[in-house]
Amino acid sequence: MYYLGLDLGSTWCKGVIIDNKKEVIATSLEKTGYSFIETSEKLLDELFKKSSLKRKDITKIVATGYGRKSIEIADIIKTEIMCHAKGAYHYFPEKFILIDIGGQDNKIVHIGENGEILNFKLNRKCAAGTGAFIEESLSRLQVPYEKVKELIEKSDKDITIASFCTVFAQTEIIKLIKENEKVENIIKGIFNSVATRVIEMETLHGTVVLTGGVIAFYPFFKEILEKKANCKVKVPPYPQFSGAIGAALFGLNSEFHKKHQLVL
Amino acid sequence: MKKPLKSFKKMRELMSKHFHEVYEASQDDKQKVAWCTSVGPAELLHSFGFKVYYPENHGAMIGASKKASEYIPYANAIGYSQMICSYLTSDIGAFLKGETPLQKAYNIPSIPKPDVLVYNTNQCRDVYDWFSFYGRKFNVPVIGISSPVNVGEVTENIINDVATQMKSLIPTLEEVSGTKFDIDRLKEVVKLSYECTKLWKECLFFGTHIPSPLTFFDYTVLMAPAVVLRGLPEAIDFYKEANEEIRQEMKKGLTAVPDEKVRLYWEGMPIWGRLRMLAELFYELNTSIVVSTYCNSWIFEDFAYDFDRPFESMAKAYTELFIVRNEEVKEKVIANWIEEFKVDGIIYHEAMTCPNNSNTRYGMPKRLQEKTGKPYLIINGDLNDMRLFSDEQARTSIETFIEQILENK
Repeated sequence: MYYLGLDLGSTWCKGVIIDNKKEVIATSLEKTGYSFIETSEKLLDELFKKSSLKRKDITKIVATGYGRKSIEIADIIKTEIMCHAKGAYHYFPEKFILIDIGGQDNKIVHIGENGEILNFKLNRKCAAGTGAFIEESLSRLQVPYEKVKELIEKSDKDITIASFCTVFAQTEIIKLIKENEKVENIIKGIFNSVATRVIEMETLHGTVVLTGGVIAFYPFFKEILEKKANCKVKVPPYPQFSGAIGAALFGLNSEFHKKHQLVL
Repeated sequence: MKKPLKSFKKMRELMSKHFHEVYEASQDDKQKVAWCTSVGPAELLHSFGFKVYYPENHGAMIGASKKASEYIPYANAIGYSQMICSYLTSDIGAFLKGETPLQKAYNIPSIPKPDVLVYNTNQCRDVYDWFSFYGRKFNVPVIGISSPVNVGEVTENIINDVATQMKSLIPTLEEVSGTKFDIDRLKEVVKLSYECTKLWKECLFFGTHIPSPLTFFDYTVLMAPAVVLRGLPEAIDFYKEANEEIRQEMKKGLTAVPDEKVRLYWEGMPIWGRLRMLAELFYELNTSIVVSTYCNSWIFEDFAYDFDRPFESMAKAYTELFIVRNEEVKEKVIANWIEEFKVDGIIYHEAMTCPNNSNTRYGMPKRLQEKTGKPYLIINGDLNDMRLFSDEQARTSIETFIEQILENK
């Protein structure tokens, strides 16, 4: 039996198939684009191609993320915070703080030792400290994301970009450009700023797990966050697919919805 | 959604009558209109025979009409910041644009012109600045009470201070109204306000029943007479009738949401431009918001402090108000209501332009969670400026919060 999870996010859509041993069989990733329906179809095509499975082999499809209610193929709909928590707990079955940095949202979730959500918070209605902030800043600097790691390794200064607002942060970047600051130091400053936004949201202690697109695209961010927050950070396999894996796991364990008869 | 109660229709008729009376008074030289803040000394104004108009009620109407974001820029343009009270900016903006929701709702062409503006800063300083704008526009007196803030115990000294300030309003009110102050009349009005408060409290406490017959969204509508008609017999008659109807409907099985699974506390201002969206969302989630600081703030039991000393009773009632108290008192009040209304969790609305009504900024949610064991959720938004509210983010947060509560039940 196989379970398919779709995490239809603000910037990227992610798809996963797991088997009944909770092993990931296939993943797929698409830019969100303008239609969640079309993007979901592309995800499914790719998943079936990679796994050699067919639609009839899938026991349950579970959708999560901003687009979760926009598609009709899902058997179950779950909120992304629940799915991210479940996906992360699958790899780290203990009490921990989950930080998910996505395209437009930062989520911080306190997860109990049995995988239950104790508390959670999202960033304000503001893109500061999210993937969108990084994307916008790199675009301003005309640096493709493939070059970021190489540049960061060359940086020799810890710059801080202090602005709360993504737009005002750009004016700080312009000031740095004007002062002929090295591009690698400005980029480091951008990631330092993301880490600062995270630690402003919550005091980090104990086990901290980091998921989402930012850590998937920029694995070096783990060290930056560890240094800023003064804590050890764990990253699960497939960090960008954590929500989709959690969704698929909800498919596997859909008794919760039967019990509460909720359609969310 | 459930069948609406007849009381909702009656309330709309009552409000229509109220607004027409106030507007007509503003057109008649023999009658006088006083504007009053929502927790200002309304009883004193009624004792002089003023028709009383509440700009905050008008602000809420603008918010509910979803036109606030259209009006706010007009106020911004004359120097009122986007960061200050959006009741103020949307109300002044609507005035500058020459519009009012009273036009559509009651076919009333404009807000009533004031003869005097009377404030109490027990809720915030913005009300003073708001009234001062209209004082300059209409060239009428702006008078009021500067209440102490962060009040712990409401001591005799505080009561005397506020009562003295209230008494100092008398000469201006006598001059504007052309009526001599009559303490016996004030005693009568304070008693009427007390009667209204008792009945409003009874109405709110229907929310202690499991399942609850009404929710926060019903109460934000039903509260109107407690706000704008307190001190008048109409409010008492209305709640007597409404409470009886609710009691009868409860016997027939009135419930706010089908199969109530979760009971919540709403802390902070209503999000007027999203009331319907939120009401429908909670309904779908089988969740009742059974108690709120906002609606409960119009319970003024201290009107009965001393009926022979109406100024001191008013001073105590309007300073025992939740918003003017310190964090310790507020936390005790919320913790008591959590227990009394048997709630599963709290939603805090952090209204960007209303710091005094946003109890999220000095660590209260975490402290209360530790004290009560109840989980909380903070929603960022605003009372009127919907540019500060993210529908999708709020929806996701609320749905997750309900899932979290159900999973941990």
